[in-house]
Amino acid sequence: MSLRNLFSAENTRRQVIVEGLVVPEFSRCVQCGICAYHCPIGIDVRRHAWLGEPINDSHCLTCGECVARCPRGVLRFERSGLFSESFESTHDNNENEGTPK
Amino acid sequence: MTKYLIIGAGAAGVSAIEAIRSHDPTGEITQVCEESAGYYSRPGLAYYLTGEITEDCLYPFKETDFKRLKVQHINAQAKRIIPNEHRVELQNGQSLFYNRLLIATGARATEAKVPGNELEGVVKLDNIEDARRILKFAHRRRTAVIVGGGITALELVEGFRSRGLNVHYFLRGDRYWSNLLDETESHIVEHRLKEEGIQIHYQTELAEILGKRGRVTGVLTTDGNKINCDIVGIAIGIQPRKGIADDTGIMIDRGISVDEFLNTNIPDIYAAGDVAQVYDPTVGKAILDSLWGPARRQGYIAGLNMAGKKMPYYKGAAFNVTRLAGLTTTIIGTLGGREEDTDVVGIVRGDSESWRQMPDAIAAQANFNVNRLRVLVSENHFVGALLMGDQTLSRAIHHIIIEKTDISPIRERILNPSLSIMDVIADFWIEISPVHGRKEHATIKS
Repeated sequence: MSLRNLFSAENTRRQVIVEGLVVPEFSRCVQCGICAYHCPIGIDVRRHAWLGEPINDSHCLTCGECVARCPRGVLRFERSGLFSESFESTHDNNENEGTPK
Repeated sequence: MTKYLIIGAGAAGVSAIEAIRSHDPTGEITQVCEESAGYYSRPGLAYYLTGEITEDCLYPFKETDFKRLKVQHINAQAKRIIPNEHRVELQNGQSLFYNRLLIATGARATEAKVPGNELEGVVKLDNIEDARRILKFAHRRRTAVIVGGGITALELVEGFRSRGLNVHYFLRGDRYWSNLLDETESHIVEHRLKEEGIQIHYQTELAEILGKRGRVTGVLTTDGNKINCDIVGIAIGIQPRKGIADDTGIMIDRGISVDEFLNTNIPDIYAAGDVAQVYDPTVGKAILDSLWGPARRQGYIAGLNMAGKKMPYYKGAAFNVTRLAGLTTTIIGTLGGREEDTDVVGIVRGDSESWRQMPDAIAAQANFNVNRLRVLVSENHFVGALLMGDQTLSRAIHHIIIEKTDISPIRERILNPSLSIMDVIADFWIEISPVHGRKEHATIKS
């Protein structure tokens, strides 16, 4: 079955708001700061991207401004608990940069 | 106590400092930087030019970050390295002792060797000073001519256009970035530029920059045409800033030569980033890279080695993300030239419904009006890919390429023109990715 038929975008959107969080793919990021500039509540999204950490700030509205504004597609929504990239461990095994472990 | 000296404050330099500090909490770290701005996002300058961010956004680190890293800054130009004394002399007369030295001086824009290149109004986009100068000019002037075939040229084109100038864009060949993009991709970019009112001049080269009273008034092309303008933007390439290594005994080739530990031929001297020509044992060649990602990784690994944690650098598959005429574009692995290899089949799909219908849960960006995916498929592997617009499958394809995943189970379906390549890859990703794939699958089912 094709991925796109599995469920509708509307369901996803609701789910993202409830249990999603913004996750960076640091290898795409060039630290331009557009994400942090547009965050309505001033979260330093860029620093999270530098560290390869999800935006786990409880204040995050998951409004998606940073996801939409990033010119390089660094940020995406994921269901909580899915993240697994970290900068240090990726460097220790740098052949696997930017990939899930 | 080890004294570390870092020349340069770009991605490589800062990353090296983080790595050193993570393994040596007490060593003395000094960073020498020629630019008073210090560490800022060089790629971010493009978005500063378009007005998407303000200048203060370009600085990723605050004063407290540098305090935490316990690094001392000196704003001066490094003039000379004296390896047998373990010293670096600065332009301001200071002389600094080091135990370990990192050269991370980056690269500079190549100058156009044409008459008139010294005139006021001739600009490049190398550093923050250039960006400030460009914005000052853009405020008062009307027409810009931009020369160059790569990403930086396009950044200048888009920057000037978004500031309301008329822009003429000179391309030496028949199309934009022809050694990497295929014909359709080039045309997508060119079409979008034209829609923005940019005039593209194909097969056009700069012969002379014309001026009056020291200021640019126009350009002359090699085929004799004259175009009036008051700004000329040059982005025809970059060169490693390797001059500091001249006459020091440090081995230099196109950049400063380093081994896979980022070490030069002199034990305590390292180089990383745009200035370094790094030996890659997997391909047996020394490679220059001029991207933020590799600079950061090289800097980090150089820092670890400097702090005594021996670690090799492997380049892995090439990976570049950029934005071309408003379209996020990811280039992975090998693209150019490989089409001639009969074992490699180029697969191209243009716009497709399935891009837009991918669930948001795994979508990084959506709603582009142009989307394109090109994958180069060898017997059992993807060797390269280019994604333009929607980046939903970028991570999956990146993974498949760098992990050299065997794609023979889906090869036939990939090559079948009646099937959606995006769906085939998305389904494959769910199967092969034990962590992300299944959980995303679970998300989708719930």
